[in-house]
Amino acid sequence: MAILTGIAASNGVAIAKAYTLETPDLSYETKKVDDVDTEVNRLHDALTVSKKELEKIKENARLSLGDEHAEIFSAHLLVLSDPELITPMEDKIKNDNVNAEKALDDVANMFIDMFKGMDNEYMRERAADIQDVTKRVMAHLLKVTFPDPALIDEEVVIIAEDLTPSDTAQLNKQFVKGFTTNIGGRTSHSAIMARSLEIPAVVGTKTVTEDVSEGDIVIVDGIDGKVIINPTEEELATYKEKQADFEKQKEIWAQLKDEPTISKDGEHVELVANIGTPDDVVGVLNNGGEGVGLYRTEFLYMGNSDFPTEDEQFDAYSSVLKQMGDKPVVVRTLDIGGDKELSYLDLPKEMNPFLGFRAIRLCLERDDIFRTQLRALLRASVHGNLKIMFPMIATLDEFRSAKALLLEEKDNLKAEGVDVSDDIEVGIMVEIPATAVIARQFAKEVDFFSIGTNDLIQYTLAADRMNERVSYLYQPYHPAILNLVNNVIEAAHAEGKWAGMCGEMAGDSIAIPILLGLGLDEFSMSATSILPARTQIKDLSKEELRSYKDELLSMSTADEVEAFIREKTNQ
Amino acid sequence: MAAEKTITITDSTGVHARPATVLVNKAGNFSSDVTVEYNGKSVNLKSIMGVMSLGIPKDAEIKIVAEGADEDEAIEAIYATVKETGLGE
Repeated sequence: MAILTGIAASNGVAIAKAYTLETPDLSYETKKVDDVDTEVNRLHDALTVSKKELEKIKENARLSLGDEHAEIFSAHLLVLSDPELITPMEDKIKNDNVNAEKALDDVANMFIDMFKGMDNEYMRERAADIQDVTKRVMAHLLKVTFPDPALIDEEVVIIAEDLTPSDTAQLNKQFVKGFTTNIGGRTSHSAIMARSLEIPAVVGTKTVTEDVSEGDIVIVDGIDGKVIINPTEEELATYKEKQADFEKQKEIWAQLKDEPTISKDGEHVELVANIGTPDDVVGVLNNGGEGVGLYRTEFLYMGNSDFPTEDEQFDAYSSVLKQMGDKPVVVRTLDIGGDKELSYLDLPKEMNPFLGFRAIRLCLERDDIFRTQLRALLRASVHGNLKIMFPMIATLDEFRSAKALLLEEKDNLKAEGVDVSDDIEVGIMVEIPATAVIARQFAKEVDFFSIGTNDLIQYTLAADRMNERVSYLYQPYHPAILNLVNNVIEAAHAEGKWAGMCGEMAGDSIAIPILLGLGLDEFSMSATSILPARTQIKDLSKEELRSYKDELLSMSTADEVEAFIREKTNQ
Repeated sequence: MAAEKTITITDSTGVHARPATVLVNKAGNFSSDVTVEYNGKSVNLKSIMGVMSLGIPKDAEIKIVAEGADEDEAIEAIYATVKETGLGE
């Protein structure tokens, strides 16, 4: 029995067998073979098994993510039947009398080198595809297990260094009960995915991959951020109870599913959800979301082999709008560059990606990419209540240029005879301190603000949120943050506009009373945080919280703020 | 005697993974040898890596050649696929 402490990334308790996700040792020995026919057969057997696995992965991806995401596996499958790849391998075995491992490795490397040497970033990325596929074949030749989240068919808890977007995309909720990783924080990709999949997760344990052996029983306590390895009977009983309590709590929350969010003194605020794909809308509606406050469109671009076409984007946006009916949907335009790379877009490496060429900066320079997205959004606008939001706006000029492109494409579409809604609100994401400081000037021109706290906090405190050594500076309750947030809300209200928040802070039980008191109109959070937040707000008096405003804004430290709120709200 | 057809690629991103997959799958349905020529190079159209290694861009002119028992059907079917998917004309 051992207990690890990490960061509670997604609520709930999972108890299951451990399944370690890591690439096994694929080193091999070069051997001379005499019976070349048997060796060729061994190669074909490994290819056949690998193809069967890929078929299964493709089918799983198709069911859980749609045809689009499954397509990449069609290409992988074709690689495994490619005569230009297989024939040289057979020849190598027959002519050089070497084992199948050596033949596979040599021929695959020849192709990998060829693709890597091409002058096009997209083609160079294809080298990674060949590498992935041949690794699977090599694992079968060596008879070692090649772990694959999509092949899991019994209840497990996943143990990994970190989970990539494609790993999480392949998780099947029916079998994967929870996961825990060595690295990551509450806002890392794996944590956000866990919350949208609604499975318990603990990240940032530092050592879980070393401490857990295959087949151990593991408890993932996503409520308190603990991982218990091989629990005693007693602990098992305690956690089964905790799991049952959590289920009961969820039922209580569920009673508020179709209720509006009303404070104790009768004030309404809007609780909406952050989503990444059209599939996430089901979770929003099941959790009583009053709208979508942040639709991150970059998932359409990531995990894809090419820019999504205007039609592909139109399908995704109209699907979300139709599913949400007349509820508002705030779509954030493309936020890539910096740390979010696209395999098919060649961008130079930067020293400071978070301060670099990303989001609106990239879109305004590459307006071909941007216009395609704007056209798709405008065409989709007639299918629901669309609001468009530009990310990383630092100057009014950027906002004006982006809006001008939007209006230009609107005119173009109308000239082409395409229907476009005339009631699309156009706003900005406030994540750069400069913009928060002059929010009053922005408020005259934008229709709304949505405060992106994840970035606003890291820019204001000048601390990289991915750097664990400075993570103590990631302080949502820092008085500087509260003052910036207040400035944005006051600026919006002075011009009769609304202000929302779409960072993790909006769903935080300490931040919610503060934000309610500052007058925030819209709170956008992970879908699973909505019902707990609605339950909390029901018992809060907005007027009482408003009376603490001046005192809170003049406090000196985040700790002071937190202690004050805990005392006033009995937390 | 071989069947052949010259095609101009109109897809804005050229022949990338997705269209290449469709073409290779289609060519694989026929017993004839099928090749694609671009920029002086000719590769097996039944090989995904061969096709991708050509790096065919937009506006490229490519020639599809089939030789074998079902060469005419092969060319016809491949050309139909190219048009259907908006890859070229």
